[in-house]
Formats: sequence, C-alpha cells, structure tokens
Amino acid sequence: MPIAERIRRIPARFDLKRKWYRFSRSPLSIVGLVIVVASIFLAAAAPYITPHPDQAGRATDLQNKFLSPRFAYLFGTDDLGRDVFTRTIFGFQYSLTMAVVVLSLVIPPGVILGLIAGYYRGTWIDAVIMRISDVFIAVPPLVLALSIASVLTPSVFNSMMAISLMWWPWYTRLMYNAASALRNEYFVQASEVMGESSFRIIFVEILPNCLGSILTKVTLDVGWVILLGSALSYVGLGAQPPTPDLGTMVSNGAMYLPAQYWITLFPALAIVIIILGFNLLGDGIRDVFVEEVR
Amino acid sequence: MEPFLEVKGLFVGFKTYMGKLKVLNGVDFRARQGEKVGIVGESGCGKTTTMKAILGILASNAIIDEGEIRFRGHELLGISKKGLNEIRRRNLTMIFQDPTAALNPVFKIESMLGDVIRYSGNFEREKVTKKLLREKSLDALKEVSLPDPERVLDSYPFQLSGGMRQRVCIAMSLATAKDLLIADEPTTNLDVTIQDQVLRLMKNLVDKKNLSIILISHALGTIRNTVDTVYVMYAGNMIEFSETRRLFSSPLHPYTEGLLKSVPKLTGAGFSEGIEGRIPDYITPPPGCRFNPRCKYAMEICRKESPRLLKVGADNHEVACWLYNKR
Repeated sequence: MPIAERIRRIPARFDLKRKWYRFSRSPLSIVGLVIVVASIFLAAAAPYITPHPDQAGRATDLQNKFLSPRFAYLFGTDDLGRDVFTRTIFGFQYSLTMAVVVLSLVIPPGVILGLIAGYYRGTWIDAVIMRISDVFIAVPPLVLALSIASVLTPSVFNSMMAISLMWWPWYTRLMYNAASALRNEYFVQASEVMGESSFRIIFVEILPNCLGSILTKVTLDVGWVILLGSALSYVGLGAQPPTPDLGTMVSNGAMYLPAQYWITLFPALAIVIIILGFNLLGDGIRDVFVEEVR
Repeated sequence: MEPFLEVKGLFVGFKTYMGKLKVLNGVDFRARQGEKVGIVGESGCGKTTTMKAILGILASNAIIDEGEIRFRGHELLGISKKGLNEIRRRNLTMIFQDPTAALNPVFKIESMLGDVIRYSGNFEREKVTKKLLREKSLDALKEVSLPDPERVLDSYPFQLSGGMRQRVCIAMSLATAKDLLIADEPTTNLDVTIQDQVLRLMKNLVDKKNLSIILISHALGTIRNTVDTVYVMYAGNMIEFSETRRLFSSPLHPYTEGLLKSVPKLTGAGFSEGIEGRIPDYITPPPGCRFNPRCKYAMEICRKESPRLLKVGADNHEVACWLYNKR
C-alpha cells in the first residue's frame, strides 16, 4: 500500500472510534458509563428482576412491615411492609423518565433561543431573549420550581413542567456564550462573505461546534434534574404516594429514622449513585470533546 | 470608465460604553477591474473595518454614518440582505488573516469546499452530484498546488499545516468565478518561506483569472511585490494613493515617509527613526488632520481642518495633506 494511501486510511480524530478510545482511557468515565447503562437497564427490566413487583405501587403487607434487610428483602421493608429493594428499582424508572422528559422539553427551545441570541448579539433580539432568561435565572432554581409546583396540583407531570420551566434558561445562557464567541470566528464571517443565510450559519456552521458542550451539560443535568425531582417529591410537591419515587421514599422513610434506617438509606444511596454515574459520564465526555476542539 | 468598486466619504463609528469610536473618517477608495490594490497602515487604522463595511460584516455595534459603497453600479449600503448575499455569492470573496480560524473545525475540507461550489457555482441544481463536487473540489485544490489533494479533501482543518490551510482558503475563495478578492493580511500568520509561496500563488491565480484584488497588509515588502497601486491609511483616512513604485520611491505624506523609514533593515543598520506616538484615541480624535499630533510639519491649518485626498502633480499620485493641498 503506498504511503499516501495509508495516510488517507488513518481515521480522522473526530471519528467515534477515536473518541471512544480516548474516553475508554479514563477509568472514572468507564465507571460512569457502567452506572448509567446499568441504571437504564434496571429501570427497563424492573418488573422482571425485582422479587416483589406487585409491591411497587398500592400494596400493603402489614405483617412484614419494618423488616430489616435480609435475603428475602434485600433492602428491608417499609412502614407498609413493601420491599424497599423492589421500590428502589422501580424508582429508577420515575427518576430516569423525569430526566428524559424534562431534558427533551428543555433542550430544543433553550438551545435554539441561545443560538439566536448569541448570533444576533447586541441587537434587540438578544436583549429580549436574554432578559427573559435572566428573569428565570435570577430566582434560585429550587425555589422557583417549588413555587411553580405548589401553584399546580402536585403530580409527577406537573413537577416535570415546573422543572422544565426553570431549566431552559441555563441552556440559553450556555449557547449564548458559545454562539456569541463563535460568531466572531473567521469561519463564520467567511460564511457570511460567501453569502450563506443566517439560518444556515446558525444551524449548520455554529450549532455543530456546540454539540460537545451541549452533550456535556446534558449528562451533568440528568443528575441535577433527578435531584430536583427528588427534592420536589421530598417536600410532597412531586410524585404522590404510592408512586415509588426515590425522593418520596426518602421523605417517608425519614419519619422512621434512625431505627428503620434502611427505608431512607437505600433510596437515598440510589439517588447518589445515579447522579454520580451521570456526572462521571459527563466529565468523561467533556474531556474527550474539550481536547478535540483544541 | 465607471470604477468597479468605489467607496466615497465613508464614516463608520462603533458604539461602546465609553462613547462613540469614530473610526472611519471619510474613506475614499477606488478599484478598477483587474487591478491589484494594496492598503497599508498601522494596526487599528481601519483597514479591516473598511473591508468589512464593503462586505457588510461589520460588528453589530457599528454605525455607518454616511458614505457610499458602489460595486458594479450597485449601492451596497442599504441593500437588502438577499441582494447582498447574491452579490457575495457571485462576485465577492475574502481571504482572512488566520487560516486556522477561517475553516469550520467540525467539517472535512471536502464538505466545506463542496458546499462553496454547490452554492456559488453556476450549476443547475439537479446536475450537482457528489462525484461532480468532488471532482471540482479536487480541481480547485490542484490549482493552489496542494500536494496530495485527495488526502486534503478527507482531512479536518486541524490536520493540515498553516500554509496548507491558507491554500485551502484560497482554493475555496477562488473555486468559483468571482470578480473581487479581498485578502486581509493573508500571510501574516505564516512563516516567511510559506508567505512567499502563498503570495506568489495568489498573484498568479489573480492574474490568470483577471480578478481584482484588494490586499491589506502592514508588511510593506508584501505590498511592494504584489500590487499595482497602494493606498496608505492612517486613523480612518486614506492619506495617500499612488502607483506602487512611485509611492515607495517618492512618498509625499509625512506619515508615509515615516512608515517607510520604520521598516527594520536586514542589513542590521540599527533601528530606524520611525514615527513617534501612536494611533489617536478614536473617541476624541484630534481635530483637523488626524495625524497632526505626530507630524513634525504640523501647521495651524492642520489642527483646524482635515485635508482631502487630492491629486498632486500630473501623475496618478494623490495625497491628503496641507503641505501639498495649498488653498
């Protein structure tokens, strides 16, 4: 094979294979990936792998209440005699659904608004979009979500809405910074000189350059959304009993601390582990992308 | 003959929190079809701003106070975005200072070059195939004498060296038929040997295609070897215009004189006298001629009125200075 031919076959650095190689060099990233994949698997397979799937929702088994962890009940049982292990695994479903729904509601508008504001930086379009997003950012997220959720009737759906409403401005801000920096890059000016439309410049030239930071923020945010969802449930504004939500379980179990610690401990640990997993994954992805861009 | 590109009395300012920067102070500028025009001046004198105004890519805080920019009979100021885009696609092209930044890092050269050819080449839409685009892209790269164009097409910008990237940029801007090439310090970021090659290449291509070129540079050597006529710019004004050889042999404006003297000599004869001071503050520019605080010949009138670019003598030599424009 001639040298030139061989050089041509070297995969480009942006190829997924190379990215994966770089990613796989970091043990922490792999741990993150394993946790994330495992929790998605557990959530999906919850009805088949848990010992007492019937106890996930409205069920009572008062004879077995407050049992400490043992083989039949790995994480013990709660005040209504339900298996904490089963409910924790089912809780993954709610938490992950929450993260997926909230983020897919939030990312498209947040990203698009941010790109537009960044591209038209310094004009009234920028001013309108960014001042509106500032209003949302000015209030601490949890407080805002709490106040919105408390106006609405408490339910999983409404708590997702509340979180979404306060979450989009963070994407707008991120994209605003990215887009307004890229806007002054010569390649954007070069595309303007070549007569490309603004639409094409925003979505074809600028957006692909931001994918790394979006992806990173998404993986980091999954953890935050779950945490916030759990917090809302904890104060009773999110999922309502008997829904097996991790936050609700922690909040219910808190009444029986410290004697029946397992009711609180295991769901709380589950929250911690999911969030840890997504954060590690996010860090790993960021490392890969940041190095690429340089 | 109607000039091909004409800028008349262009005033451009920038709104900042400290006040308005009055950068361009009535720029007059002409280029004829097939002519190679150079613009020299210190950093910050408004060379790039003038070009950006022509191309309509000024920053969003820029204000065009007055002036005219006519290109082939079209007024470019106040033209619709669509009309401007059409002209940019068909007639104008620009090469930027930093070839690294001028290429979008997330696309392969093939897709960028292909897009340029697809959208600004005069092809009928249905006839544009991947194969055709690749062929045309290869031709464009061969034209700029890039070795192994096949590999370049399959590369991302960061996989190429600076000189290669600048060649790719040149290939991109000249891949389709154009009238005017604006080169904004195209060789500043390259090392000297590559500079020489790139300039030579650009000059040859421009001659071959009978393009007009506006070459912006602060390197006087570059200007001297490449262009037919030169404008000297100082603090937002064109202060001298002449044929290249004439300007270098007998500069008229005190600033041009100083500029030519500031060039460090390769003979190592020590530092030259140069020009004292720096470009004035654009928020409160000196009244009258903007060069007067640094000018050793400054007279009463220089502090009161700004001179206009006027013909001196019979030859094609214009200067904006009260030393020559007696009233």
